[in-house]
Amino acid sequence: MGNKRAAFAVPYVGWLALFVLAPIVMVVIYAFSSAGGGFTLENFSRMGSYAVVFTRSFKLAVIATVICLLIGYPVAYMISRETARFQRIAMMLVMLPMWMNFLLRTYAWMSILENTGLLNRFFAAIGLFRLINGVFGTDIEYFRMINTQGAVVLGMVYNYLPFMILPIYSVIEKLDVSLVEAARDLGANSVGVFRKVILPLSLPGVLSGVTMVFVPSVSTFAISKLLGGNNELLLGDLIEQQFLGTAYNPYLGSAIALVMMVIVVVCMAVMNRFGEGEEQAVML
Amino acid sequence: MSKELIRLADCCMAFDGELVLDHINLYFNDSEFLTLLGPSGCGKTTTLRIIGGFITPTSGEVLFDGVRMNDIPPHLRQVNTVFQRYALFPHLNVFENVAFGLRIPKTAEEGGRKKKIKIPEAEIRQRVLEMLAVVSLKGFENRKVTELSGGQQQRVAIARALVNRPKVLLLDEPLGALDLRLRKDMQSELKRIQQQLGITFIYVTHDQEEALAMSDTIVVMDQGKIQQIGTPEDIYNEPKNAFVADFIGESNILDGIMHEDYVVEFFNRRFKCLDKGFAPKEPVDVVIRPEDIDIVPVEKGQLKGTVTSVTFKGVHYDTIVDFKGFKWLIQTTDYHPEGETIGIILNPDDIHIMHKSQYSGMFGDYSSYSEEYDEMDAAEEEGGYGE
Repeated sequence: MGNKRAAFAVPYVGWLALFVLAPIVMVVIYAFSSAGGGFTLENFSRMGSYAVVFTRSFKLAVIATVICLLIGYPVAYMISRETARFQRIAMMLVMLPMWMNFLLRTYAWMSILENTGLLNRFFAAIGLFRLINGVFGTDIEYFRMINTQGAVVLGMVYNYLPFMILPIYSVIEKLDVSLVEAARDLGANSVGVFRKVILPLSLPGVLSGVTMVFVPSVSTFAISKLLGGNNELLLGDLIEQQFLGTAYNPYLGSAIALVMMVIVVVCMAVMNRFGEGEEQAVML
Repeated sequence: MSKELIRLADCCMAFDGELVLDHINLYFNDSEFLTLLGPSGCGKTTTLRIIGGFITPTSGEVLFDGVRMNDIPPHLRQVNTVFQRYALFPHLNVFENVAFGLRIPKTAEEGGRKKKIKIPEAEIRQRVLEMLAVVSLKGFENRKVTELSGGQQQRVAIARALVNRPKVLLLDEPLGALDLRLRKDMQSELKRIQQQLGITFIYVTHDQEEALAMSDTIVVMDQGKIQQIGTPEDIYNEPKNAFVADFIGESNILDGIMHEDYVVEFFNRRFKCLDKGFAPKEPVDVVIRPEDIDIVPVEKGQLKGTVTSVTFKGVHYDTIVDFKGFKWLIQTTDYHPEGETIGIILNPDDIHIMHKSQYSGMFGDYSSYSEEYDEMDAAEEEGGYGE
């Protein structure tokens, strides 16, 4: 019966097969191959030396996700309580940076954070360094902001914050006002209403927000390269090096990519199971 | 015996400069089933929301036991609400929905100090189960509310409100979304619960049958004003104006002149009636209920007319009769075919006299009978699915 319409799906299914499924299959094959072409597990056993990169990547991604959540939830909540007109404008402003190229935005942060960048020049202009040097007897001319883990996290938060705000906002905005009224009617003050009704019912939005921030954060390479210099190598950079860099080794690169993918998928599966009940509830 | 619990004193409410409630004066007694009845937009839900504390009146006072409550938020009022579409918490099961209010610590003053009082878990459990039994939902505690039927969700909503032992329960068109059969069952169920617990119910509906069947007192509202307050019998038998007469049941409303006490003239003929106290020669509205009219052979009738349409309604026939261009609705168990000329007799207690009002001439003529039925259907649908 649906066969006629199924034909419309062919281009997309073909696209998926060609550009999503096939690369994954290739990654898997490469990960288990040696340079000579035979089967090997060596790519995985060599990975131990990169444990520090794995830890750093996941640590920074978790920090960025938590910060996004701490900033994004209140913002989404406050926007959703405003008038429809305000909501439209506010959401447009949230989306606005995304209309600009991701790399350009990150370059912009470079020139802000550099040792001779905008921020440091501003601090110098207001005499901050003179003051500090005078008080502590130090001799600093700038704050080192670029090429730090902090700068990488900042870049992640800045770039991915809209992905946290959007899903949380859309869940809270759809929340039935009468549920809030019912909770108040039953004796809950505003803290109680938030804790017992709004927060649990907005969890699905939080979950998809966390996913949408965490996954790109853990695999990013541009942000770490531009804002982290060469000191703060992340998984994304490591993989990139295996394919494009001097260390050319697509087999190892594939293995790292595969392990990262598996870890991310497992994390997401656990979280989604945790949030399953709420998800259904919101479908009501 | 009955004690006054809540009073609305001269309450007005305006939204964006538009007056929605126009100087409402109303009080609610202990253990009373009071219904606010009126068409969509008459202000009945606004009145309820003022009592619930969700909105503050633009002017006037809300008094609970004589204490001004205008600015007290909902969670500090001793009333609970059953919402139009239940508003059950989808993330909680039946038990937790009902227990919601009990789990919230109450602040109480004790020796000048504020203290949080928590209800012990065992008592919560006992009260929730008791209340589920009252609304006939024993054994449903662990069910998800999303898996319940409309009627069951309705009962959960009622239990959730009543478990807090409010002095007053507010119900906002609670049966609007149920089908007819279920609605009838729930009507008697609600009345039973109200009598069993002995608390005040303030019930909002646009369904006059529902109001007549359940209420001790009916408040008829239109255009933000109270049109009449009374028992169901009063409202039906002694409507105050053409709006009430038309809204509660079917009515033929005619222009008449009150010549003296107990004598009214319409269709150039004088009739005896039971009403008095009108000015001599005062123009009045005359209400005659369709079921009170006796059809007799032409020669015996006080008035004669021609049948223009007959509709079988089950218990009776809706017969439209043309009297000199004015069409009446007569409900009779005897069949009179279209085109037949008939006579009617009106007894003094079939005739009810009302003062002229802004509603005079707007209702009570059945010339456009079929159209009016269509309108009523449309209105019912509207009311059923939201307002």
